Amino acid sequence: MKNCDWDAITLAQYLDGELAPDQASRMEQHISDCPHCSAEVSVLVSMKRSLRAADRHFTPTAEFRRKIQQQVSRPQSKWNMRFVWAFAMLAVVLILSIVWLVRSRRVDTFSEVADLHVSTLASTNPVDVISTDRHTVKPWFQGRIPFSFNLPELAGTEFTLLGGRVVYLHQQPGAQLIFTVRQHKISVLIYRESAGLAGDLTDGNVERRHAFNVAAWKTQDLRFIVIGDVDVDEIRKLTQLIQIANK
Amino acid sequence: MDPEFFEQLAMPLFDSLYNFAHWLTGNRVDAEDLVQETYAKALKGFKSFQDGTNLRAWMFRILRNTFLTSRTGLMARNTLSFEEESEEAEVRSAQVVTPESVLLRNENQQMVLDALAAVPVHYREIILLCEVEELSYREIAEVLSLPIGTVMSRLSRARNSLRQMLAAKQSARATV
Repeated sequence: MKNCDWDAITLAQYLDGELAPDQASRMEQHISDCPHCSAEVSVLVSMKRSLRAADRHFTPTAEFRRKIQQQVSRPQSKWNMRFVWAFAMLAVVLILSIVWLVRSRRVDTFSEVADLHVSTLASTNPVDVISTDRHTVKPWFQGRIPFSFNLPELAGTEFTLLGGRVVYLHQQPGAQLIFTVRQHKISVLIYRESAGLAGDLTDGNVERRHAFNVAAWKTQDLRFIVIGDVDVDEIRKLTQLIQIANK
Repeated sequence: MDPEFFEQLAMPLFDSLYNFAHWLTGNRVDAEDLVQETYAKALKGFKSFQDGTNLRAWMFRILRNTFLTSRTGLMARNTLSFEEESEEAEVRSAQVVTPESVLLRNENQQMVLDALAAVPVHYREIILLCEVEELSYREIAEVLSLPIGTVMSRLSRARNSLRQMLAAKQSARATV
């Protein structure tokens, strides 16, 4: 039956593209000459073609695909989750500490200001520069604090300037001026404005806090705080005088 | 290699691996088990996989080895050992069916697929690797852990077996 040199394996190699180019071309030549081999090739080619239907003959379910996808991507997402958790914890700690810091500063300002004022009242020498003359008091602060301010003209008002001293608020040096009105003392604190310095004090209105009335405001770079146990009206009046002087 | 790349590289083979597994096992449940185990093993062994080597052949090899140790795989293996791997000479002369009688007049693909499902599993797998996955003889040798010479002889035997099966199915249908 077989009258040629080619065997089944070489024929298969040819059809499977496993022959070297020169061998393949010799094979091609032979097939065109040999009826037996050409018949055999057409059977094998037709079988090859039919077998292509075996590809994607069975398809996995979408559910199974998802399962494998999950199984395969798990270690990566586990890493990611670990990082996400670490960052989340860090962020929470950071936010909490910022909130705590801000809150503690906010709470601090009024009580610190109140403490300063009270300690001044209790002190036997509440001021370091004793003068009712604003032209004496203002120059005294030069070189003691890193900024300057103006004192109001008090002639014709019920306020009297007692003097001043250098005090610290949130580690910043500033001026404390003591005014009197009808035996009451009022402190005016002046600082260079910085973030968080005002803390829990609100700008604009005179606030009633414990036994004190407090007013706070700021100019371009100065922070003013007025505190005393006098009426709201008197605090407001003094506030206006100082605001006019520092426009 | 970095396990991060595993998903990118291995998921495109999913459909082919499933198809191959289903052809080997003959049912969905076993095929899914086989594919799942293959991916688990591959993921675990991915660190030792060398970049630049053939991932397709590597994955098919894992699947095939996993199949051999599975219940259905062991059953299939028991039926094969005594008739397998004789001399090549026998294969070379074996021309079992006359070509004219078989496929030429029959374009029915379903019959070919039925025949493929009916041949022994060690023939089915090599036919699938060659004809469906279009792996080279070298890759098939890698997947099946065989020398190339044995790949060629087994492939030849497998094709003959398929043709016999096809002829049997055709004559069975002719007599009906």
